[in-house]
Amino acid sequence: MSTSQGLRDWLLSEEPTSRRQARFASWYKGWLTLRSNRLTMFGLYVLAFLILCAIFAPVLASHDPFAQDLGQRLLAPGENGHLFGTDSLGRDIYSRLLYGARISIYIVLLVVMVAPLVGLIVGTVSGYAGGWIDVLLMRITDIFLAFPRLILALAFVAALGAGIENAVLAISLTAWPPYARIARAETLTIRNSDYIHAIKLQGAGAFRIVTKHIWPLCISSLVIRVTLDMAGIILTAAGLGFLGLGAQPPSPEWGAMISEGRKYILDYWWVATIPGIAIFAISLAFNLLGDGLRDVLDPKEDNS
Amino acid sequence: MSAVTVNDLNVWFGVGADRSYAVQNVTFDVDDGESFGLVGESGSGKSTILRAIAGLVPTWSGEMTVAGETLGPKRSKSFYSKVQMVFQDPYASLHPRQTVDRVLSEAMGLHGVENIDTRIGQLLDDVGLGPGFRFRYPHQLSGGQRQRVAIARALACDPSILLLDEPTSALDVSVQAEILNLLVDLRREHKLTYIMVSHDLGVVGHLCERIGVMKDGRFEEVLSVEAMRRSEAQSPYTKHLLESSINSIR
Repeated sequence: MSTSQGLRDWLLSEEPTSRRQARFASWYKGWLTLRSNRLTMFGLYVLAFLILCAIFAPVLASHDPFAQDLGQRLLAPGENGHLFGTDSLGRDIYSRLLYGARISIYIVLLVVMVAPLVGLIVGTVSGYAGGWIDVLLMRITDIFLAFPRLILALAFVAALGAGIENAVLAISLTAWPPYARIARAETLTIRNSDYIHAIKLQGAGAFRIVTKHIWPLCISSLVIRVTLDMAGIILTAAGLGFLGLGAQPPSPEWGAMISEGRKYILDYWWVATIPGIAIFAISLAFNLLGDGLRDVLDPKEDNS
Repeated sequence: MSAVTVNDLNVWFGVGADRSYAVQNVTFDVDDGESFGLVGESGSGKSTILRAIAGLVPTWSGEMTVAGETLGPKRSKSFYSKVQMVFQDPYASLHPRQTVDRVLSEAMGLHGVENIDTRIGQLLDDVGLGPGFRFRYPHQLSGGQRQRVAIARALACDPSILLLDEPTSALDVSVQAEILNLLVDLRREHKLTYIMVSHDLGVVGHLCERIGVMKDGRFEEVLSVEAMRRSEAQSPYTKHLLESSINSIR
């Protein structure tokens, strides 16, 4: 008890004595801010739960997610030991849901690593450099924005080949323009501020200014946008799967499960509804978490 | 030897028919260790001169020599280690996501200073901030403390010339006096040359030996602070400025 109290005092000290202590202290304070927001913590719990489900899917699953049993098809939830029922080919929906969590989290991670990063780089470079670089990059962005998103993604998938990775990559490549626009708008307001002039007068180059001084200020608005887009991204991945260009049929991807259940939605509601609830849960969790993260990333709104 | 020589400086904004001159035919020089004030109304071009010297305004013509180095369109690395600037608004001149430590250590890192850890302690001490301020964010500091941090950042590379752009006008009166006294002390300790912009004749009189009076982008006249105190101005505009400043004190 006394050591944990000592640790707490060390972390919350008004006058940190070393850079390491100051860094740990700011993380700890960020965590306290995050923890004080109940909705955010709810989102974090849901997300942690889904991630644990994905990791321990082989242990938790009651059936083989790919095993078909036409005699057991379209069973209602709870019947014959199928917790969430079975789909049109008699596969256990509960087990498929667990394995599907792996795919959904994989999609999310892949998109989060590609689209906002591309948008951030393009937007900040464009906004900071100005002149012909700005014109060139923004017209390219316009071209990407002008295409219907799904059709552009289709074209990419057709060129790269079908499969979940390529589908996500295609979605990321079509999703970056809005991020670039946001990052550019932020950069334009930041680039003429006195603190950028000041670091320029210290002899900092453009690369350092963009990555170390402009990026940290753009990231919070991008995080919000990413979390809002997350649900749409999962659904677009599902849409591509439905068209036969994303997740391929036996794979238990949630969106593909919904499109399979579409045919039976009036008589066998659970086939589409249960993966729908899962998508809803992960989207909601990301939105709540994103909202709380913004508060942590923005030390200006410090109430202490 | 002159620390700063400015000869026939013109600065303009806009292109083609929209081009308007903010500074016209300005000539002055500042001796080593001298403190030179630029006064005038808002929009008279005083800050623009500082920005042109610092290299923040690319559109200028004329001749500028700073610490023996004739300035071209780009500033060299050695220029930045000799000349630093303190900005008007301490609320805008510090990066909102960086601690004092980060600001100062980055400035020193860029200038290749060694023993950054101990130097930061000294620097904070120099500007009258204790070690407790080292890991604070700007939003945890008052206006006067922020301006002290901005001054510390300007001093991080041990420059010989400081450009002060109304360093006290965004602060309230008691804090203004503190910052002015700090600037006086620092100048004595570090043998600095100041070029200071202000619209407050009292502030300039406290810190400077000579002042240049500006109106509409031009120099009305350059006079010593003693002459200013004796109200021995030549040009009618300066006389008017002095009178109105005296009246406002009454």
